[in-house]
Amino acid sequence: MFTSLAIGGAILGGLGLLFGVILAVANRFLKVEEDPRIEQVEGMLPGSNCGACGEPGCHAFAERLVAGERAPGGCTVSSPDGIVQIASFLGVDAGQEAKRVARLHCAGGLGRARQLADYEGFSGCRAAVVAGGGGKSCSWGCLGLADCEVACTFDAISMNPDRLPVVNVDKCTACGDCVVACPRDLFEILPLDQPLLVQCKTPLSAEAARELCKVACDGCGRCAQDAAPGVIKMNNNLPIIDQNAALTLGDPRATVRCPTGAIRWVTGDQFQDRPAPIREGR
Amino acid sequence: MVSVAKTLQLRTSPHVTSGASVDLIMRHVVWALVPTALFGVYAFGLTAAVTLSAALASCLLAEWLLCKWSEQPSTLSDWSVAVTGLLYGLTLPPGLPVWMTMLGGFIAVGLGKHLFGGLGYNPFNPALVGRAVMQAAFPVGMTTWHAAFGSGRFSSVPSSLFTFPFAAPEYTDALTSATPLAAWKFEHNLAAASDLVMGFTTGSTGETSAVLILLGGAYLAARKMMNWRIPLSIFVTVAVLTFALHLASPEAYPTAPFMLLSGGLMLGAVFMATDMVASPMTTLGVVIYGALIGVLTVTIRLWGGMPEGVMYAILLANAVAPHIDRLVRPTVYGTSGRKA
Amino acid sequence: MRLFSKKTFAHGVHPPEAKEATAGLAIRRFPFPPSLTIPLSQHIGKPAVPVVREGEEVIRGQLLAEPDGFMSVAMHAPASGIVRRIGLMPSASGKMVPGIYLEPFPGSSQEVPDGAGVDLESATADEIIAGIQAAGIVGLGGAAFPTHVKLKIPEGKRCETLIINGVECEPFLTTDHRVMLEQSDDIFMGIRYLMKLTQAAKCFIGIEANKPDAAQHLQDKLPADLQAEVEVAVLPVKYPQGAEKMLITALTGHEVPSGGLPIEVGAVVVNVATTAEIGRLLPVGQGIQERVITVTGPAVKKKGNYRILIGTPLRFILDEVGVEDDIARVFMGGPMMGPAVSSLDIPVVKGTSGVTAFTLREGGDTPPKEYPCIRCAYCVDACPIFLNPSQLGLLAKNGEFATMAEEHHLMDCFECGSCSFVCPSHIPLVQHFRVAKAAVRKAKAS
Repeated sequence: MFTSLAIGGAILGGLGLLFGVILAVANRFLKVEEDPRIEQVEGMLPGSNCGACGEPGCHAFAERLVAGERAPGGCTVSSPDGIVQIASFLGVDAGQEAKRVARLHCAGGLGRARQLADYEGFSGCRAAVVAGGGGKSCSWGCLGLADCEVACTFDAISMNPDRLPVVNVDKCTACGDCVVACPRDLFEILPLDQPLLVQCKTPLSAEAARELCKVACDGCGRCAQDAAPGVIKMNNNLPIIDQNAALTLGDPRATVRCPTGAIRWVTGDQFQDRPAPIREGR
Repeated sequence: MVSVAKTLQLRTSPHVTSGASVDLIMRHVVWALVPTALFGVYAFGLTAAVTLSAALASCLLAEWLLCKWSEQPSTLSDWSVAVTGLLYGLTLPPGLPVWMTMLGGFIAVGLGKHLFGGLGYNPFNPALVGRAVMQAAFPVGMTTWHAAFGSGRFSSVPSSLFTFPFAAPEYTDALTSATPLAAWKFEHNLAAASDLVMGFTTGSTGETSAVLILLGGAYLAARKMMNWRIPLSIFVTVAVLTFALHLASPEAYPTAPFMLLSGGLMLGAVFMATDMVASPMTTLGVVIYGALIGVLTVTIRLWGGMPEGVMYAILLANAVAPHIDRLVRPTVYGTSGRKA
Repeated sequence: MRLFSKKTFAHGVHPPEAKEATAGLAIRRFPFPPSLTIPLSQHIGKPAVPVVREGEEVIRGQLLAEPDGFMSVAMHAPASGIVRRIGLMPSASGKMVPGIYLEPFPGSSQEVPDGAGVDLESATADEIIAGIQAAGIVGLGGAAFPTHVKLKIPEGKRCETLIINGVECEPFLTTDHRVMLEQSDDIFMGIRYLMKLTQAAKCFIGIEANKPDAAQHLQDKLPADLQAEVEVAVLPVKYPQGAEKMLITALTGHEVPSGGLPIEVGAVVVNVATTAEIGRLLPVGQGIQERVITVTGPAVKKKGNYRILIGTPLRFILDEVGVEDDIARVFMGGPMMGPAVSSLDIPVVKGTSGVTAFTLREGGDTPPKEYPCIRCAYCVDACPIFLNPSQLGLLAKNGEFATMAEEHHLMDCFECGSCSFVCPSHIPLVQHFRVAKAAVRKAKAS
């Protein structure tokens, strides 16, 4: 009895010892030497692995920071203090990049865009799109079923009472998850400092556009005339904003004569200056 | 001319359904179990009625409470817990103290079903989980059988039924009797096949009448609410194995009809192994699954320490079912088995 | 004729057929609507290019738009009238698509002038293919795949079997049934063109056993010159036997390789109404202006099989036949695969085989309550291509679209709806698969 116990114990103990030695040897010889600063820099990064910087994750970004291939400002999620901290740690320039946020090219929420049919099925924009387009008369507009809100990992998107997604510019990290989630491709990552924004995507013009939605761009082109030369160009009945030109030359006058309010001067979150929703007809 | 001016409803195709629904299937399983349950009450008397009611009530109550506590809408209306409660009650020996029955009911629904996420997510048949826990916790209570067709079974109940919770029940030997399997295993006493078919033997409330169980199963199979390949596969495996063994040594092994008809094999094969959630989905998969249950049952019965093994055989096969599904995938049309 | 053939495909379902209301009604001409909206893309492939200007007067059968390359077909004027506008118009998918707004002349005789026909005796295979493309012919069964594309036999391949698809397995629809009863001469003329073109040794006309009159009629009318090669094959009733792959398997036993075309197993499948149009239009050199559509469903008062102009808006059709007050849902096609439409301004197109309207009584005010999957395996036994819809459904709910495509053959699903039809938990499986397929395609494109 005792002998068998002793043999069992000896075998298990011996095995443990053997594997311990193998592991110790492996650690000694197979260890990959890594710049210790990479780990430290990674610790200063937010660790959300959002990919907004364009790298596969925070570790990869830290590697490129240490290698001097990227500037700390490339991380759009870190606070300015955090970036300064990394910059001083590495002894490099912070290289603050302009903050970019997701913007929605549609303002046709409840009561503004006409609803043709009632979608009945499981919730979600992508689910509604496969059911005859979701029942909204405008086949370019926001369906309001919150696929982007669900997709946003930073809690930056919330649906407003008009069933439009409001992107909180403070929380938005420009990671692009909403851009992928939206089946109507309505999101675009744009610089926050450039407030000129077209909130419509319909290529229809005049009466046809206004019939779809009260805030549709009807392609009149007044904004292009009123803006500084080169800032707005009309294409396919929609104003196309040259972001670089608009950064220096853009001003709110371009939005003044817009008959439907499709082009807006938006400095913070979208849809903040709206009157109470008009609930009528669909 | 009347112009069609209506807001249309948008749904995706198909716009028609076969009319099948979960609650309908579950309701029919309950109907199919009713004859077996009634026969149990007829054979064992008032005590069986009390056991069945206690099992059913405890399962329903557990489901209701668990839904309430997890702040989910009540799922009583899908009838699945009624199936669990009834099946659980039918596997119990009549005369089991009511407090034990109710405890097992809570375990069946709580541990067997809701712990895993409720209907559709339970890897094991919840009724059998309840019974397995009871078997381990109360081995004496779960293997003390009352004789069927006792005189006065409709006027009195055994005193063990209303034992005070956590007190050991007392049994009077005069009322108890051995099941055919135990009689064979421990006394080499083979019951007559005709008695087994009709249910004139002793055992759990719902396991004795093979003919009524098969009738219920045939009804469900005809309505496509039960996969008949599972019981068939179990029966064939058990029959072939036992027949071969009996041929080799008639002294040591019982006959195939005895193995098929005795104990919980009928009830287990027809109503427990066919639990949709815990069984494989493909035709080949269910045949393998049934064969596995058959082999395990025969193994446990003939060479194990216990006289009965259907319950453990089914639970083990339940555990293997997802792996069977992963291994046995049908060949997708036009792929000859290639990957996508 | 094989009247009691047991040949069929594996799995499948048996939805209620609901064809008795219209199966006995002869095809009737539908009135011309006051305006037509004609999409430029009524087929799979590139949209046609308009050859008319806004304000131009056109006569019935005149070319409106020419094909843009091989994977495209022509579009002809469904009626004599004036082109009001060329621009975006609503379509069944919910998207706005480019199209032509045509206003028919009320007083015109609406006569179709003959064009340069394709002579059966002298024409080469390529000339027949060009003739089919010029006639604007697409699969009239619903898929709207350009017919001439599938008839172009690739180098090194041979067409052994030509299959004329008269299965019409979709509930409610009776257009193919009526065409077989009333246009047998056109069908046989079409078969002559197709046999000459494909050089097939054998031709089956596949018909389900619920249309014995059509099978008998075609058998009786089978002309002497076709008797050696053409066989009317009666198949057991099962959905979705009318799907190209299922019909090939039912008749020849071959499986079309995943992602491949029927020609890889030596088969070409053409819908029976498409065949009739080939036989009707090619000898006289005309293009498609109209098609037979079953207008049916519990919400429709004057149900029937109507010859309706391409581009007729649904609103006009439903107003003409009259609908119940509680009309709730309208589909293009039948209830198994037909997409519901969001607006009645959407026109019927070449691929529209039926217009089905349901009231609130069919399916209720809201979709049926969804239960968790109970792994009943009804869907596994229904799926004609042997997928595991239950497992795909669970993956879809978790958003694992890539896994679905890579490991579970999602892209082989052709959305027949059998799994959703049988699901006792009322899980909208097909809708989940459509969402997943769209996501996979979007990921692949980017």
